[in-house]
Amino acid sequence: MTANSSTPEKHSLLDVIRRRPGIQVFLLIFPSLFWLVLFFAIPLIIVFVYSFLKRGPYGQVVWDFNLNNYARFFDPLYLKIFARSFKIAGITTVLSLLLGYPMAYWIATRTPKWRNILLLLLMIPYWTNFLVRTYAWILILRDSGLINSLLMGWGLIAEPLPLFGNDFAIIVGLVYGWFPSVVLPCYAAIERLDFSLVEAAQDLYANEARAFFRVIFPITLPGVIAGSILVFIPSLGAYVTPDLLGGAKSVMIGNVIQSQFLSVRDIPFGSAFSFVLMVIMLGATLIYFRVGARTL
Amino acid sequence: MQSSMAVEVRGVTKRFPGPSGGAGSEVIAVDNVTLQIHDGEFFSMLGPSGCGKTTTLRMIAGFDHPTTGEIYIHGKRMGLTPPYQRNTNMVFQSYALFPHMTIARNIAFGLEMKKVSRKEIGRRVGEALELVRLQGYGPRKPNQLSGGQQQRVALARALVNRPEVLLLDEPLGALDLKLRKEMQIELKTLQREVGITFVYVTHDQEEALTMSDRIAVMHQGKVLQMGGPTEIYEQPCCRFVADFIGETNSLDGVVQGQEGDLVTVLVDEALPVMVQTSESFVPGAPVSIVVRPEKIQLSPEAPDSGFNSFPCQVEQMVYLGTDTRYRVRLSDNVSLMIRQQNILSGFDPSSRVVDGGQPVRAVWPYTCGRILLD
Amino acid sequence: MSTLVQERKHTRVARRGSRLGRGLRALITGSGILGFLFLYIPILILIIFSFNASRFVTTWSGFSLRWYGELFQDDAMMLALRNSLVVAVVSTLISTVFGTLVSLAMERHRFFGKLAFDALLYLPIIIPDIAMAVMLLLFFVMSKITLSLTTIIISHVAFNISFVAIVVRARLVGFDRSLEDAAQDLGANEIQTFWYVTLPLLMPAILGGALLAFTLSLDDFVITFFTAGVGSTTLPLRIYSMVKLGITPEINAISALMLMTSMTLLMLSVILQRKGGGSVADIA
Repeated sequence: MTANSSTPEKHSLLDVIRRRPGIQVFLLIFPSLFWLVLFFAIPLIIVFVYSFLKRGPYGQVVWDFNLNNYARFFDPLYLKIFARSFKIAGITTVLSLLLGYPMAYWIATRTPKWRNILLLLLMIPYWTNFLVRTYAWILILRDSGLINSLLMGWGLIAEPLPLFGNDFAIIVGLVYGWFPSVVLPCYAAIERLDFSLVEAAQDLYANEARAFFRVIFPITLPGVIAGSILVFIPSLGAYVTPDLLGGAKSVMIGNVIQSQFLSVRDIPFGSAFSFVLMVIMLGATLIYFRVGARTL
Repeated sequence: MQSSMAVEVRGVTKRFPGPSGGAGSEVIAVDNVTLQIHDGEFFSMLGPSGCGKTTTLRMIAGFDHPTTGEIYIHGKRMGLTPPYQRNTNMVFQSYALFPHMTIARNIAFGLEMKKVSRKEIGRRVGEALELVRLQGYGPRKPNQLSGGQQQRVALARALVNRPEVLLLDEPLGALDLKLRKEMQIELKTLQREVGITFVYVTHDQEEALTMSDRIAVMHQGKVLQMGGPTEIYEQPCCRFVADFIGETNSLDGVVQGQEGDLVTVLVDEALPVMVQTSESFVPGAPVSIVVRPEKIQLSPEAPDSGFNSFPCQVEQMVYLGTDTRYRVRLSDNVSLMIRQQNILSGFDPSSRVVDGGQPVRAVWPYTCGRILLD
Repeated sequence: MSTLVQERKHTRVARRGSRLGRGLRALITGSGILGFLFLYIPILILIIFSFNASRFVTTWSGFSLRWYGELFQDDAMMLALRNSLVVAVVSTLISTVFGTLVSLAMERHRFFGKLAFDALLYLPIIIPDIAMAVMLLLFFVMSKITLSLTTIIISHVAFNISFVAIVVRARLVGFDRSLEDAAQDLGANEIQTFWYVTLPLLMPAILGGALLAFTLSLDDFVITFFTAGVGSTTLPLRIYSMVKLGITPEINAISALMLMTSMTLLMLSVILQRKGGGSVADIA
């Protein structure tokens, strides 16, 4: 059998692109690649490089490579700030879990229709303006704010409670801002729970609380860990919250970075600070992906 | 040039890179397959999952290209031609109806792409809907239709373009049994009516036997046997085909001798089974004899010559409505499955040969066995 | 033991978790409700007091739109609003297009360096705001680019690409490729297939991503704070400086407005995504 000439293959631009998936990929990712490399990767590298430089007497940058900036972290002043930031982030995480986990449990045990509605209601405020929501707490917590006015108005206290301008306010603000990100992973883990396990547990343990702690909680642990990291990371890097709700003494890592860049103008030091923060975040994120996300 | 050849697959091999990407972990999905599909025939590719039938179909459609070998449609070499330049249309397993378009627009899609006039499109879509008996369903959306209806829309959408070849990828898989059987008959009738070549892929051997003019049985990328339904069923070429199509008994043994067209095979070192065949076999060759269950009968006495006859014990009896299925034991290692039609009414033991305790024999003619080399 | 047995007899219901015993159950329900109250009460307070005729949070002296009126007469505020909108619209357009293209690449192709690029895509989301803000500031300063609305837009696009990509990718993951095969089989080439089949089905997710990007841009503070030039104040920046100067009821009004706008836009985004086949949990 003689084969006719093969169907004429037009060599249009389309053909060329179709033939080489490589070109297709390139066209698709180039804009984003360009943008992210130029306005993200390169700035990242710049910060890294700058962290090894020195600040000159007039605030300019001196190209003298050294590790002084990193050494300064061991200065008790900064160690204290790190410690406070970790402490605040830690407390925030624990409180968020104490609120968020039972809440996730509650949502997971509603009917499917309600579950979706509740989750939606949970996430919407989470995505609104953080500044504005933090501002709301100023109105509530400060000396002339809602809580104190009400309590004083009802004659329950004589002096306003120190709810503002301190670590307490920061923690409230942070928990408020970030606890929804505990709820979601916990919800995902609880939702997958096979409740026949719970029943089996109740057959074994006479006590519901024990059943919970021995069976339910451990199985949902990956969700708990994932959620904790999702709260811890932004809390550690908080800037707006301590700036608005904290006092002069409640400085966190984010505030230090800001002041180094905008007031003190020690850019190298600020860069180092910033870089260390990023490394900590990245570490936590890796843990998240290893432990939490894998089992979800 | 044979113009009656709708599709020709010549020595086609398809290799996929393995998960690790190296040459060592390659998967050979289709292995040197050659098929000739005639114009106007209903051709099926049959085999278990992973046998390469769907891959072959996709290559005919143009979604994949052979690693080696060529595909010709009506004599034209396809090469790297993309699907939209081929004159084939496919009915997908999942129907693949466009969810955001109405039924009418779905069906019209191919015609729209060909820039057919509005009026003509309207006319042909109407015809297509009539063909699949879904008149008036044009304005609806796919999610408003049942599975069976969606399937018919998929069919209409393909046929309205008057392709040279219609390709069907297990289109009835998602339907329930009754609907599937109805659709099998409908498809067959439709094909006769429209006269287009159908290339059909399925793993359901009953479906293939029902609908096809010719079947290619595939396994692990190779075509094991190609032929009409009767040929495939009565004369399987190898163990796999015999097992895959319908039920079968396999008796393993060694050829003892051959006199003319009669071969004696010693099964299980004790039972001499005779098979009438036109082929020649060498004594001592290890073989399998395949006998279809419906060819075997249960009889109290030994019949005249021309029949294999062995005493056996009935181990199991299952009433299947139209048939009764027996499991009988000939020896420690040899058992047979037998199917007998319930011609006489009901499950009346007295009308049956088999009665508890009575000695009974499994009987089948020499002509009803087939020898396969191991 | 007997209470447990009794309880078991009562609870034959399919309601999961109802077996946990009254005490625990109350605790769980309580924290559920408490959690939502905690979440919404500050928002409600803000909105309610934006309508308070009195300027003090401590007293309620009647419903009034006075502060909203003052808002619209505040030139600086109006300028900030205009700036915010310009930045949001432009950065949304750019990041939506880029983000969609990137999603297609990531979900449909394999290529060298894909893993690294995936990490690069995720980084803007993981990195704390302050770190990214500072990075960008340093970059602009070093490249002698004066800070302006443009630098804000550049910065917003830098993080919004990732967010859009997440939303669109989520939709692409479950996308039925056989639909595109069918389109090609019926005669549509790659471009026609994309236009007639892929894009329409992807559109809800693309719009959802766009809305998300728009909201994030409108609401952004930290990054904008560091990359804005003089005269390119956005709404959140203006609110911040007002808060630093002293609490005024005008702040309540603008805050309430922003909240209500964001929430509406977000609900729209979710509804669009649901229509396209995504789910709420994808956002997180």
